[in-house]
Amino acid sequence: MKAEGRRQEAEVNLSVQIGSLKLQNPVMVASGTFGYGVEYAQLLDLNQLGAVVVKGIRLGPVRGNPTPRTVEVASGLINAIGLQGPGVDGFIKKYWPFLKKLNVPTIINIWGTTVDEYAEVARRFDALGGVGALELNVSCPNIKEGGAQFGTNVKLLSQVVTACRKVTQLPLITKMSPNVVNIAPYAKAAEGAGSDALAVTNSYPAMAVDIETRKPKLANVTGGLTGPCIKPIAIKLVWEAAQAVKIPIIGMGGIQNAADAIEFMVAGATAVAVGTANFYEPQTPLQVIAGLREFMQKHKIKDVREITGSVQIVKK
Amino acid sequence: MLEQTVQIVSNERDTDAYFRLVVRAPRVAPLIQPGQFAHVRVLPLKDALLRRPFSIFQVEDDTFSILYKTVGKGTEVLSRMQAGADLSVIAPLGHGFTVPKRSGETPLLVAGGYGMAAMYLLAQRSPQKGIVFVGGRRRVDILCEKEFQALGWDVRVATEDGSRGEKGLVTIPLQAELKRRAKDRKLFACGPTGLLKAVGKIADEFKVPAELSMDEHMCCGVGVCLTCVIPVKTSAGWEYQRTCTEGPVFDSRQVVWEVAK
Repeated sequence: MKAEGRRQEAEVNLSVQIGSLKLQNPVMVASGTFGYGVEYAQLLDLNQLGAVVVKGIRLGPVRGNPTPRTVEVASGLINAIGLQGPGVDGFIKKYWPFLKKLNVPTIINIWGTTVDEYAEVARRFDALGGVGALELNVSCPNIKEGGAQFGTNVKLLSQVVTACRKVTQLPLITKMSPNVVNIAPYAKAAEGAGSDALAVTNSYPAMAVDIETRKPKLANVTGGLTGPCIKPIAIKLVWEAAQAVKIPIIGMGGIQNAADAIEFMVAGATAVAVGTANFYEPQTPLQVIAGLREFMQKHKIKDVREITGSVQIVKK
Repeated sequence: MLEQTVQIVSNERDTDAYFRLVVRAPRVAPLIQPGQFAHVRVLPLKDALLRRPFSIFQVEDDTFSILYKTVGKGTEVLSRMQAGADLSVIAPLGHGFTVPKRSGETPLLVAGGYGMAAMYLLAQRSPQKGIVFVGGRRRVDILCEKEFQALGWDVRVATEDGSRGEKGLVTIPLQAELKRRAKDRKLFACGPTGLLKAVGKIADEFKVPAELSMDEHMCCGVGVCLTCVIPVKTSAGWEYQRTCTEGPVFDSRQVVWEVAK
């Protein structure tokens, strides 16, 4: 006979460590899909998240690409926003007063068109105080200079991370480009240059064409593909990167629910980020946290870190 | 702004490819201002992920309605949904129209096709009745004429094929009216970009203010993704602003038409 009353739910530990940064849970949001946090504050409790990751910021304001900037495709989205943003000063004035009051860390995604600019932006955010970590965007496919040009060249990637490492003790997360033949040397280069973690992965270069007008559906012609359609290829990249480095990996690419997030963790991710799903279901990050907790209780997993890299590969 | 799962009360064909959808949304309905929109997730859509934005048409007690045309996959699936089914909405969103004052400028509303949907609440909540200019390609594109008349507004119709009202573009009767009198009048417009651009030009020509509800492709609807931007004048030149957040309603003099697509 079953015991009466409410079933005691086992306490589980969801906290993870990214360099010196401790997160209350491993679920964050992906840069560029969550604005500067404040936009979603009316729809969900940001203090429940592992961390808020803001849209990419360079030194000065950026106007962004002409429109159309996004196009919906089967189970995905192609975007070419062009990193529109307020620049460091604009961000600090407009968004930092809100973000610094949150109880969860803010991770600032930064980029530049030169190694020096990356370092200068890193230095500015180091000086600001209160920032949780810096994410180095070396993988945006939608801008002519900067972005992916650094993430697809081992030497430049190493230079960017080294230059930022020199100016700050903040945890550095290098956001990797998926557009490489083998991610291992890039992952190792970032680790070797002092990166505390890797974010795997940014969007995949992609294109859509209107067959009637024969015109590209994006003003920028090409863009970056995200959403559930990229999940299996992102999982593979996380698995490969996890084998190449010892630093933690933040897995992302098409996460819609806890099962997706757990899959990334089993493949090797220490933490995860919800991206495109924020655009259509803003509750997704909170649903992922709740689902992850349930999964752990069901499988009697006490510590979320037990899931990371637990993939069982039997070699025949 | 709230996210709510709402139940369809009715979803019926209006004319031709136009439908009226009524949902019960007790928390959202009282918050709605004229010119705002709802971002709707059509839950049965499987591989099309994004929400679809719709102008809010009418508000009645704890319900609101939208008036939509089937133009693609999302609206086609939506048009087959029946009373009792659920939709997820984020609403009300956006910066809407300035409701006219009793003693201020007389409102002249200009709508193309389902642009009429965005105008109803404005006409209903305006303490001053004015004229609604409504245009479309054919007579079936002229929506809810009687409902505006029931509010006591003067409705002027134009169709491109002449099957209803004046033959030609809706801007023709609008210009004729402004020629008669432009002083102390203000334009409010919603419709295709071509119409909005023409209304902006007419506003300049007759030196009357105009508020335009811009129709842009949208993605997140809450100001995050920066998909729905239009070029807007600033002290330093121009910048891209969000139709979902700073808009959808903009002062016509702010829009940089040379850059807009």
